[in-house]
Amino acid sequence: MKPTSHAFKQNAAEALVDEQLQKALRNVDRGFVAKRAAAREKLPEFDRLRDEARDIKNHTLDYLDLYLEAYQNKVRETGGQVHWASTATDACEIIQNICMGAGAQSVAKGKSMISEEIGLNAYLETSGLKVIETDLGEYIIQLRGEHPSHIIAPAVHLAKEQVEADFRSKHKELPAGRRLDEPKQLVDEARQVLRKQFLAADVGITGANFLIAETGSSVIVTNEGNGDLTQTLARVHIVIASLEKIVPTLEDANTLIRLLARSATGQEISTYTTYSTGPKRPGDLDGPDEYHVVLLDNGRSELLGSEFRDMLRCIRCGACMNHCPVYNAIGGHAYGWVYPGPMGAVLTPSLIGVNEAGHLPNASTFCGRCEAVCPMHIPLPDMMRHWRDREFAQKSVPVLQRWALRIWAWAATRHRLYQFGTGLVMPMLAFLGGRSGAFRRLPLFGGWTKHRDLPAPQGRTFQQLWRKRRGRGGAS
Amino acid sequence: MSKPIASESILARIRQSLGVGEEDAGRLNVVSQRLKTHTASLIPERARLPYDERVRLFAEMLNSQSATLTIVEDSSEIPEAISAYLRENNLPAHLRQGQDELLSNLPWERTPQLERLSGCASPDDLVALSRAPAAAAETGTLFLTSGPDNPTTLNFLPETHIVVLRSDDLFGSYEDAWNRLREVYGSGMMPRAVNLISGPSRTADIEQTIVMGAHGPKRLHVVLVAR
Repeated sequence: MKPTSHAFKQNAAEALVDEQLQKALRNVDRGFVAKRAAAREKLPEFDRLRDEARDIKNHTLDYLDLYLEAYQNKVRETGGQVHWASTATDACEIIQNICMGAGAQSVAKGKSMISEEIGLNAYLETSGLKVIETDLGEYIIQLRGEHPSHIIAPAVHLAKEQVEADFRSKHKELPAGRRLDEPKQLVDEARQVLRKQFLAADVGITGANFLIAETGSSVIVTNEGNGDLTQTLARVHIVIASLEKIVPTLEDANTLIRLLARSATGQEISTYTTYSTGPKRPGDLDGPDEYHVVLLDNGRSELLGSEFRDMLRCIRCGACMNHCPVYNAIGGHAYGWVYPGPMGAVLTPSLIGVNEAGHLPNASTFCGRCEAVCPMHIPLPDMMRHWRDREFAQKSVPVLQRWALRIWAWAATRHRLYQFGTGLVMPMLAFLGGRSGAFRRLPLFGGWTKHRDLPAPQGRTFQQLWRKRRGRGGAS
Repeated sequence: MSKPIASESILARIRQSLGVGEEDAGRLNVVSQRLKTHTASLIPERARLPYDERVRLFAEMLNSQSATLTIVEDSSEIPEAISAYLRENNLPAHLRQGQDELLSNLPWERTPQLERLSGCASPDDLVALSRAPAAAAETGTLFLTSGPDNPTTLNFLPETHIVVLRSDDLFGSYEDAWNRLREVYGSGMMPRAVNLISGPSRTADIEQTIVMGAHGPKRLHVVLVAR
């Protein structure tokens, strides 16, 4: 997928005036946010589980090399194969070779963000393979030639009328007069069409939510059951997963599973949590003949040694984007690559470079909601700040902004001067703000005041107010 | 010149980032102990209820996930309970099942109208019958294991899935359910597939409207055997 993250500002401006998108985005807040809050309420241990989950992942990352080796040994013991891929292209090549080796013509796919990251579908299609996405949301956007706009709800940006139009234009073999105005009718049609694809597929590709070192199992979490039909009916099952999906034991996976669905969709648990270990066993009547796991690095081994290490705890629940005022305003496509929202703002620059994706860590008000809801306690705002630091150090910030930041930094590190200066300027600005207490227009801040008024200072500085409160003995 | 083996170069980069060497007996020991002892983390209180309350929670969870439950006193009542469920829901009296011993030895002669086929699911099967070797009440979750006794396709292809569960196999937590499977398969060993199932298949991919029966079963019915 060719990134358009460099055009973030333009993407965002377009998204803000896209009425259909704005309507669809309202479902995010109404659905996910309210449901997560209710699920958290129902499990009193929720916050303590978050602490334990963070510790589990931190421990795993400390011993990542050894857990990966233990995992590989277990997979081999159960008759499966592990393939290691340093880069996205390596992973695509490995998967293509497995498909070719199996004489495959058609591939069914379960939902996998890693496959989006490595651009798998486009790669396999160039070698003549037919690739079908089977998760309903993924299938819809595949028909439209789009990419997911959300990591767990890929088609959240669409209205049912758009899906109806796509089904009518692509499912030509079905009667033209059929009713498709309700989600249920659309789901039934997709079920009928995709059932044939499941049965015809030679290879099934799924992602993995977790890999378990203790047992050599890969785990997928779904609600539709598409990932299960994908991996059970095909002759060959290929799992594509990044390194940090590993956890030590079944018990460790339990803790993460208790958090995942509650944080994501607000369910107590997703409908299907499937542990797959190796190929078909002697006497089995179903299941794949071959089981392959492709372990993708793609920069993660370096992240492990950087200030972005905590990002490797992410379990891809999507809570950060569901609660993000920026994501809720512009949707996922504006971010211009695979991972949107706060987790994308941290991860994308590390995967495709800060030159391409430097806008993303800047597209945050640092309100902190993402960190507050993250089940893995990932300090997302801190890490966005690290990117801003790096961007500044690399001189990719525009000259005017650099000078403004320099002058501010010069003053702010001289605390008496800063207090004196702000003490003079605040009352002045309060006066200029006038009765409305806000500025409609400001020189040099046209970008801000074009869309909203800038609230004017109210006359005193924060430090003056703080001293006064402390004097009263209130807030110390 | 041949490329360095990918696994070695990835593992070397990981060790460099962690600042550790390749053979470190102390680190190896930490990892092998953790894998061997597989200590549980915090288990929620609701997963530690006594039997009667556990059954109540299990029923409540199934209900909230749009699954249904019948409780029978004795396993000899299972055929009639299944037959009644199919009749009440206007479903055909044909079902597919594997070679599970408990299911095969039920008094099926009491329901002569019920036709039973053996094997894994075929695309035309409408009703499947499985036995769950374990379940966790904390979220109303059935644990199903692959193999000729209960082939995995039964869990996903037919529109209706009926699952028999013995009360001895109804645990509170995931941890207890996994420990039961460890007793059966051995520690660190797994059947090819373990399916944790919590309700029928669903999707909310179109405008966040929940629709049942996306790709898997449209109905999930549990028969819990008290004795």
